[in-house]
Amino acid sequence: MNTIREFIEYAGWPRIIIGLFLISLFIIAPFVGVRFDVSVSDTLVRFGMNGVMVLAMVPMVVSGCGLNFGLPLGIIAGLLGAVTSIEMGVNGIPGVLTAMAVAVPIAVVLGWAYGLLLNRAKGSEMMIATYVGFSSVAFMCIMWLILPFRSANMVWGYAGKGLRTTISVEGYWHQAISDIGSFRIGEFFYVPTGMFLFFALLCVFMWYFMRTKTGTAMATVGSNPEFARASGVNIDKMRTFSVVLSTVLGAIGIIVYEQSFGFIQLYMGPFYMAFPAVSAVLIGGASVHKATIVNVIVGTILFQGILTMTPSVINSMIQTDMSEVIRIIVSNGMILYALTRVLKVKL
Amino acid sequence: MASEPLLFMKEVGKSFFSNRVLKNVTFSLDKGQILGLVGENGAGKSTLMNILFGMNVIRETGGYDGEIYIDGKKTDFTSPFDALNAGIGMVHQEFSLIPGFNVAENIVLNRESMKYNILVEAFGDRFRTLDRRSIIDRSSNAIQKLNVVLNPEVLVSELPVGYKQFTEIAREIEKKDTRLLVLDEPTATLTESEAEILLSSMRHLASLGISIIFISHRLQEVMDVCDKIIVLRDGEVVFETIPSETDIMSIATHMVGRDVSTAFARQVNPGRTIGDPLLTVEHLWVDMPGETVRDVSLEIREKEIFGIGGLAGQGKLGIPNGIMGMFPAGGNVVFDGKPVLLNDPARPLEAGISAVYEDRRGVGLLMEEPIDWNIIFTALQIQGRFLKPAFGGLVKIRDEEAISQCAREYIDVLNIKCVSEKQRVQDLSGGNQQKICLAKAFETRPKLLFVAEPTRGIDVGAKKVVLDTLKRYNEKYDTTIVMISSELEELRSICDRIAIVDSGRIAGILPADSPSREFGVLMLGAEKEKEKVGSK
Repeated sequence: MNTIREFIEYAGWPRIIIGLFLISLFIIAPFVGVRFDVSVSDTLVRFGMNGVMVLAMVPMVVSGCGLNFGLPLGIIAGLLGAVTSIEMGVNGIPGVLTAMAVAVPIAVVLGWAYGLLLNRAKGSEMMIATYVGFSSVAFMCIMWLILPFRSANMVWGYAGKGLRTTISVEGYWHQAISDIGSFRIGEFFYVPTGMFLFFALLCVFMWYFMRTKTGTAMATVGSNPEFARASGVNIDKMRTFSVVLSTVLGAIGIIVYEQSFGFIQLYMGPFYMAFPAVSAVLIGGASVHKATIVNVIVGTILFQGILTMTPSVINSMIQTDMSEVIRIIVSNGMILYALTRVLKVKL
Repeated sequence: MASEPLLFMKEVGKSFFSNRVLKNVTFSLDKGQILGLVGENGAGKSTLMNILFGMNVIRETGGYDGEIYIDGKKTDFTSPFDALNAGIGMVHQEFSLIPGFNVAENIVLNRESMKYNILVEAFGDRFRTLDRRSIIDRSSNAIQKLNVVLNPEVLVSELPVGYKQFTEIAREIEKKDTRLLVLDEPTATLTESEAEILLSSMRHLASLGISIIFISHRLQEVMDVCDKIIVLRDGEVVFETIPSETDIMSIATHMVGRDVSTAFARQVNPGRTIGDPLLTVEHLWVDMPGETVRDVSLEIREKEIFGIGGLAGQGKLGIPNGIMGMFPAGGNVVFDGKPVLLNDPARPLEAGISAVYEDRRGVGLLMEEPIDWNIIFTALQIQGRFLKPAFGGLVKIRDEEAISQCAREYIDVLNIKCVSEKQRVQDLSGGNQQKICLAKAFETRPKLLFVAEPTRGIDVGAKKVVLDTLKRYNEKYDTTIVMISSELEELRSICDRIAIVDSGRIAGILPADSPSREFGVLMLGAEKEKEKVGSK
């Protein structure tokens, strides 16, 4: 009895309720005609796709910059890397690596400037971050048209220039990471081993980083900036560094997402990308000041699990095709719930 | 006696749990008299006033001893409202005014004159409207009683500090039957000319029959304006006099002088040797809000325990904060033969100077983090200790084992009461938190340690431990210690020399065994011109 109580206290009621709900969805699924193996597989794939972008929340939360609502900035860097890689026509793993090699330096530069901006807006970082994300998306809507990409796979057919809204990576590096060591059980159950390994690698990297001198300083800046300053830590430098790290992870995250998803979504694609990531980490038990890797993993599984399962199960139950409507209701409902937690923590 | 005194306090005492802060305070105050209440920080003045006002904090902590008579009738206020109804008004040090309202509105706040309208019949009195003209008239009357010129229609946010003070006083005397006014350091924030006006208004009010209790650190003002002076020290009335029969010197002596037989008795260790100058400070200025340092030059010698004292707000706290780079500062600081770059907190730490800050919660501790992390953080950041190689030396990560080990040692040595080294600091008591601050500073193994207000807000037992620890550390490791404290007796109990800071400058440096009245004189800035009171 005591261990149960301890577990509840450790995990927190919200996670237990959401977890039970998710499990009940898995149980109901077969009875309403949704294949169990498909459900699990879908959940796993979505977990792998989104994990890195949720992980990108950690550095900024830890350094006291709040949740990275400006994730689209990192995503844009990743998109630039992805389209450059396709323009160069590199396939397979080298293609993904090329995309990352191009994306990371761009993310560093953008993240650094973004960090400088946030240092001037201490106390209202999340508001500023949201607008940085939105305005960078708007700016890139122009740039996607102007940038001199020529690959026939990517530009509008009638004009011969300007990138299309959705670009397929089929034939370049579709599932390049996912398929490393991946396997299928039966017709429908697919496990993207490579993507999990890659995510795990980044988690381990983050875990070690948080235990280095710099990582410790970063966490201390988040916990009490004046304490950190009195111990000789440069607060602004640490904050900027955390923003750069978050932006770089965002860039890598979107490339992982695209190689699994199969498409690069430009223009308004990154617009709402920050919200699911923010919600996932909050549902995982993070607060505005504290986030751990466990929060990331638990949160991503719960959030993506609910997001995968609810529409298909409810859809089958009511026998009409309104999965998209349900998906929007569920995802925004979860975001809304998570954001109320932000306010709670603030007060 | 023709009539009963307005206020008579008889044997009033108060203790917070086992900590006695007031005992046997007896005094009386007649109608139209001004009573000066002086004493060091923490002498019990605020507690006495809280008792008079029936503040909740008094009752929640077990009430008080003794009796209070107003007009000869025994009273026991159960809430501040009772005190207000009985005609007692209080003006606090902090302004409790609404900046966006004008002077008149602030004066009559919650007692506004109202006009009738028809909606009152339907919705009750809350629907009456304000009678602006009457409000202005009433406030003008109150202001007139103060004998100052102040336009009641000016916004409070646009007033100079002194006039905000007048507005507060006007608000108190506008109440219908205010008979007793308590002014808590009203002149502390005023310029000299403003203070002069305030003092003359006080005399005017007294001539109108209002009694005043005047709390101030500026002894000259107290001498000028009061009919009667009471000196509190350690919760007791040690001196009761009238200005014509005394002088500033004897008040100062009574304020600071204490029996040598207190807990902080000074023990001289004859084997101590003081070395060469270790830290030289020349023309230091520090822009720390509320603790501005204007021009300080000091020389602190190796192995010495150097005290810096002075009243609150005079700049003594600015000195360590400026040298440690926490606030903008300028001047020359030479440590161990090498200049120390100011305005960068990492530099003094690297040079071997550490500090325990007065703002424990704000600067000194990570309240939400475990004890061990608090203790080792500075050593880890500045000296790169408590790290171990990982991935075959590729990166270095925290050595959790060594960190816990180190924390456990300090918990043991300093007798920190906690569950384990992983307990969060916010769950500990003030005294134990202070010990963690000390441990953090010790762990950087400094050559020189600044300790600012190490005993503020902790109980007597912990105070003694903290002071003893400092002393022991000084003897054992030859660490030079600079202790900054508002409590002169503490400084005198462990320091070798004590500098007194007044108005951002060093008023004088005295050996710790100088008579307390000399310190008192320096503190109160009574003899600024005679700079050379002290000698080495």
